[in-house]
Amino acid sequence: MKILVCISHVPDTTSKINFTDGDTKFDTNGVQYVINPNDEFGLTRAMWFKEKQGASVDVVNVGGPETEPTLRKALAIGADSAIRVNTEAKDGFAVAKELAKVVTDGGYDLVIAGRESIDYNGGMVPGMLSELVGANFVTNCISLEVDGTNAKAVREIDGGKETVNTSLPLVIGGQKGLVEESDLRIPNMRGIMMARKKPLNVVEPIGANAETAANSFEKPAPKGAVKLVDADNIDELINLLHNEAKVI
Amino acid sequence: MSVLVYTESENGKLKKAALECVSYAKAIANDMGTSVTAIAINANDVDTLGNYGADKVLNVKDDALNPFNAKKYAGVIEQAAKKADSKVVVVSSSADSKYLAPLLAVGLEAGYVSNVVEKPSSLSPFTVKRTAFTNKAFANTEISTDVKLVGLSNNSFGLVESGGSASIEDFSPSISESGVTVESVDKAAGKVTIADAEVVVSGGRGLKGPENWGLVEDLAEVLGAATACSKPVSDLGWRSHSEHVGQTGKPVATNLYIAIGISGAIQHLAGISASKVKVVINTDPEAPFFKAADYGIVGDAFEVVPVLTEKLKAFKAQNA
Repeated sequence: MKILVCISHVPDTTSKINFTDGDTKFDTNGVQYVINPNDEFGLTRAMWFKEKQGASVDVVNVGGPETEPTLRKALAIGADSAIRVNTEAKDGFAVAKELAKVVTDGGYDLVIAGRESIDYNGGMVPGMLSELVGANFVTNCISLEVDGTNAKAVREIDGGKETVNTSLPLVIGGQKGLVEESDLRIPNMRGIMMARKKPLNVVEPIGANAETAANSFEKPAPKGAVKLVDADNIDELINLLHNEAKVI
Repeated sequence: MSVLVYTESENGKLKKAALECVSYAKAIANDMGTSVTAIAINANDVDTLGNYGADKVLNVKDDALNPFNAKKYAGVIEQAAKKADSKVVVVSSSADSKYLAPLLAVGLEAGYVSNVVEKPSSLSPFTVKRTAFTNKAFANTEISTDVKLVGLSNNSFGLVESGGSASIEDFSPSISESGVTVESVDKAAGKVTIADAEVVVSGGRGLKGPENWGLVEDLAEVLGAATACSKPVSDLGWRSHSEHVGQTGKPVATNLYIAIGISGAIQHLAGISASKVKVVINTDPEAPFFKAADYGIVGDAFEVVPVLTEKLKAFKAQNA
């Protein structure tokens, strides 16, 4: 089985979010980048397939040279090779089109992406990719088993979960549950050394057009101070929620 | 040309988010000087859609569309959009709508923006405000394609009753094949979900163990609320992952969010920041949550919450 894991290069979850150039660009100053958490669950599940069932695992990112340390980390975790499509990730559709070329050229059976990235939260790349390459698609995926060309997946739905049967070729939008938090791997020194020697292939983009553009950014208005209510005066809290906030 | 809105239903009943999406579509249609067409699939109460601004309902009844299937539903909505000659299509932010929307976007060759929180600020260029960086910011996003697909954040626009009525038309689209079939659905009946809830009561490590979750559940029951938890609680296995709210869990955009024994890590606060009113109960007055909350009680949850639950019960009985 040939597996491709899509890796987004995103600001660490603890990052302070600021903008520059008149609020038109994300301020990368002092920001640490990581593998998108949803993608890391998928990568770890892919490693499980490689080790238990036999599979090759490649990782891919659409982005500039600055994303290579994130791809190297994925190699250090255990991926066999990496591909970087050398273009700025303009919007979800443009990224999906670039990825579609990589999937078709590489003949991948299973593509695992995160259900969304934690920077733009669009949640659209995996679904669009599946349509573009004509593969089956399951998102919010919290469990995945593959047997030959058949697959069984569990999808989180509002208020529960749903078990589905499907087949390869398949695109997954993964999240926590594909593996547990405790299964995530921190690259060890040997992994890091080996990752340096693994192939990281830079491919040129097809030049897909973006359909959307984030022209400017805003931060939420600053909050007023919290109103503290005495622990012995719960009636006051109920009064405030009813008469002031009007939420009960 | 008409604004198309997909009105999601569950067990034959339209969801509140569907009515919110119709209200939103109506606001766009008014600005564009056009009408609203709703597409409903296996819903029994479509008569109500007119009251929220639908002029016409394309009413689909087909057992082949039960249970939900993203590929089939996207195909049906695509046909409806073409029939109504729609340049703007609106869907909600439910798990199912977010599943089908990217497929629909490709089918309609539509630029898609999800997590939209306001009516378009401009129709030309078509520009919508959406959340980004897990609610830490907003992005004013332009859609440049001929057809635009907008995913509306739940509880962001609200319900607007217009008192109108809609013409109902039976619609029998062709239904595509799908390579994904549902084997089983595991869903607690009658339980309020985090996605649909107006109130969420959430517990953190301050509750000391899963055996103490009765506190959270009792309060949630009085408020008709969904229950949720912080990341450490789900990592420890005290509660299911599906209850984990925050940046890597579920986002919450409710009217009222009550956090009990949650200190307020930046990732948690990001995930719940779209909620309108936040209440925190925590023993530690230095907990970061107090900076993000509207109301706070510095106190022991084991003492405060049972009193709050009892008093709310009395309040609800009085105001029922």
